[in-house]
Amino acid sequence: MGTANFLLFGLCGFFALAGAVGTVASQRPLRAAVSLLVNIIALAGLYLTLSAHLLAAIQLLVYAGAVVVLFIFVIMLIGPAAEVKGTSEGLAGRTLAIAIMGMVTATIAFSLVDAAGNWYALQAHPEFGTVEALGAELYTRALVPFEIVSITLTIAIVGAVAIARHRTPAEITEAKAVHAKAVEVRDEAKAEAAAKATA
Amino acid sequence: MEITLGTFLALGAILFGIGAIGFLVRRNVLVQLMSIELMLNAVNVVLVAVNRYHPDNHAGQVFAFFVIAVAAAEAAVGLAIVIGLFRLKNSISADDANLMKH
Repeated sequence: MGTANFLLFGLCGFFALAGAVGTVASQRPLRAAVSLLVNIIALAGLYLTLSAHLLAAIQLLVYAGAVVVLFIFVIMLIGPAAEVKGTSEGLAGRTLAIAIMGMVTATIAFSLVDAAGNWYALQAHPEFGTVEALGAELYTRALVPFEIVSITLTIAIVGAVAIARHRTPAEITEAKAVHAKAVEVRDEAKAEAAAKATA
Repeated sequence: MEITLGTFLALGAILFGIGAIGFLVRRNVLVQLMSIELMLNAVNVVLVAVNRYHPDNHAGQVFAFFVIAVAAAEAAVGLAIVIGLFRLKNSISADDANLMKH
């Protein structure tokens, strides 16, 4: 394998892990979002070493361009309340969760790291992972899932709008008060106009 | 040191583990959503790596494509729910999302 590939893997792997740890560990949500961005860009680099060029581009467009921006938008919308202060309550449960997940992850990682599979011996087809090859696959063998995904995305958009514009009871009461005031002002103006007309 | 399929699988496992720990430990709903994205991304790494090891078709990459699409939909709906929670409770702590409990 080439040294360039090795270096790219080392760099991207390091930044992917650092970004993931930063996302989980940082107290401020904005820092977590930026760490997530670092993780995503590093993963796009990893896809390049795996000769998945179209997926690397999609990763950058969809994740870095849309999802992270959406996260940052919501953090800005919510403001200072976006920072949730950590509580000591449930400390034992959290320690247990970290311990169990850490052990499971370490076991899987150590058992997989020696798995055979040196693919640099097998040459990939020059068209492997290109827009052309993946697009052909997407529109022939994966056509039905592709259409289902488009329906899923439409439903998700409609659902997101329906959930986010829902009003709480307090907001409904406030809106009703404002509406009543507006009606009152309008009726007064009408009565005034009528009085003027008769005079 | 040689980079093999196992290296990528181990990296994917570690990334998934970090995401799972973040989801279980953090109480900020936004950070929990980001942890879910981390886990989905870790799965994508494994799918693409295994596909590179079997380069005669693109099944893994197509699957990763669909995972990315579903992750985007999940982020949109999840963030809408976060906004709904914030308007109701003035907080985005997962401990405050207890309407169904009482």
